[in-house]
Amino acid sequence: MIDLFPAVRSALQHVSSIAWLLIYTVQEMGDHMLRRRRLPFRPSIFFEQADRTGVGSVPLVALVSFFLGLTMALLTGHVLAPYGQETLVPAAVAIGFTRELGPLITGIMVAARVGAAFTAELGTMVVAEEVEAIEAMGLGPLRLLVSPRVLAAFLLMPCLSVVSNMMALSGGALISRWAFDIPMQGFWQSSLENLFIRDIVAGVLKSFLFGLLIGLIACYKGLTVRGGAAGVGTATTSSVVTAITTVIGFDTVFNIVLVALFPD
Amino acid sequence: MATDSKPLLELEGVRLTFGKEEVLKGVDLHIAPRERLIVLGQSGGGKSTLLRLILGILKPSGGSVRFKGLEVGRMGRRRLNKMRQKIGMVFQNSALVSSLNVRDNLALPLEELTDKPRNEIDDLIMHKLEMVGMQDARDKMPAELSGGMRKRIALARGIIMDPELILYDEPSAGLDPVTSTLIDQLIISLSEKIGATSIVVTHEMDSAFRIATRMAMLYKGRIIAEDKPEAFRHHSNPVVAQFISGNTEGPLNEDLPENRT
Ligand SMILES: Nc1ncnc2c1ncn2[C@@H]1O[C@H](COP(=O)(O)OP(=O)(O)OP(=O)(O)O)[C@@H](O)[C@H]1O
Ligand SMILES: [Mg+2]
Repeated sequence: MIDLFPAVRSALQHVSSIAWLLIYTVQEMGDHMLRRRRLPFRPSIFFEQADRTGVGSVPLVALVSFFLGLTMALLTGHVLAPYGQETLVPAAVAIGFTRELGPLITGIMVAARVGAAFTAELGTMVVAEEVEAIEAMGLGPLRLLVSPRVLAAFLLMPCLSVVSNMMALSGGALISRWAFDIPMQGFWQSSLENLFIRDIVAGVLKSFLFGLLIGLIACYKGLTVRGGAAGVGTATTSSVVTAITTVIGFDTVFNIVLVALFPD
Repeated sequence: MATDSKPLLELEGVRLTFGKEEVLKGVDLHIAPRERLIVLGQSGGGKSTLLRLILGILKPSGGSVRFKGLEVGRMGRRRLNKMRQKIGMVFQNSALVSSLNVRDNLALPLEELTDKPRNEIDDLIMHKLEMVGMQDARDKMPAELSGGMRKRIALARGIIMDPELILYDEPSAGLDPVTSTLIDQLIISLSEKIGATSIVVTHEMDSAFRIATRMAMLYKGRIIAEDKPEAFRHHSNPVVAQFISGNTEGPLNEDLPENRT
């Protein structure tokens, strides 16, 4: 029998370390704001990270979502057509993406694209003792390095999810017109009619959560790099794998909780 | 130098282990204000580690480190950061923030920790850069500088907040003889003019004797000798004598792998 205990214990250690990372970061930020009566970090640093995280991810997210939406519409339509129910295609795409696929796909792409960059960047700084130097000056590396990155991921994830949803619907609308004779206008209308506030709120909440998780995991993996360039490589791979696994895990939990609480 | 004045920094029985390896086995050192203490020791002997302990970056596994009577290991984050603002550190490998240019590297602590206006910050930066002879490098990125130039910028960064205690980790390693002398003079004048206390780790004996008001030798995790520089020149301890002379024959060689039994 495989001894699972050490694996479970190390996983729990990581979880608690990541929770502490969040707590310490918030403390350092709060401290600085109270004592110096200033923003915890320079806005320019945040905007730079937000630009890389958000604007930089738009093409990838848009492209993947467009084709996923298109495929989803095509397949659902294909299944529903024999029953004469093609009119349900817009609803399927709209609900499927807003609640589930949009945040999930975006999360996976942000983890791979942005999380990897955060980890590699911070990891390289750790290896070059830059983080230690920042700490030695009493500047608070968590506030200076972690907070703008996590905040950028946290705030930009929902925006990217919206882009994903829009592109998926566009893809779906395009193919539906050609394959099932649903006019574009009708597709949009039908999508909106079938979306409930609950779906939208669930999607947005999920996106915030995923952004926070991805940012924290990436920064944690970066700050705990050991062993030079090879360590940075290992940590970056591990950051992406962990973040994607965590996002999928939390997505499942979130769905179960949501269905349990609001079983309409 | 008043030896009976209250020490600025006290290390007592400081021990540190990395995994199974005990790097420091009980270091005792008292550093008085305005002193320039040279710490000598073999490569890998734990000198950089000792400086990290003083800054509270590493916590000792035993013993105590006190800065102005306060236990560094027990300080909360806020206290620790306050203390660190009074201590300047020149890292062995410079450790400049690679994404910021020289000016921004030096401005970082000033902008984050003080309310000085921008023009005052720029004047200060220019002044410190002149002190290390690097005023032309103001707008360069760290990657565009040579190792020795980076070292001098690191030095300027270490003194930018006018610290009370400055820790130099091999400040003149990799510098040409002239620049090296310039740095030595800078270290001396900083302690004489603004009253900074210095701890200098160095392997350059000439520069060590030029700077020191006191010397200490770290060997096998302990301070085995601690005395005035004159006494170090002809020390009775064979380890110290061999280290100072750079002789290949002596007790230090027992640690070399080929001599191990
Ligand atoms: N983070 C670490 N993890 C494990 N071991 C470490 C770590 N940092 C230092 N060591 C070990 O501690 C010992 C002392 O290292 P340290 O860097 O303090 O030496 P040093 O005296 O500064 O040497 P040098 O003169 O070459 O700079 C070394 O044997 C090193 O392997
Ligand atoms: Mg060293």
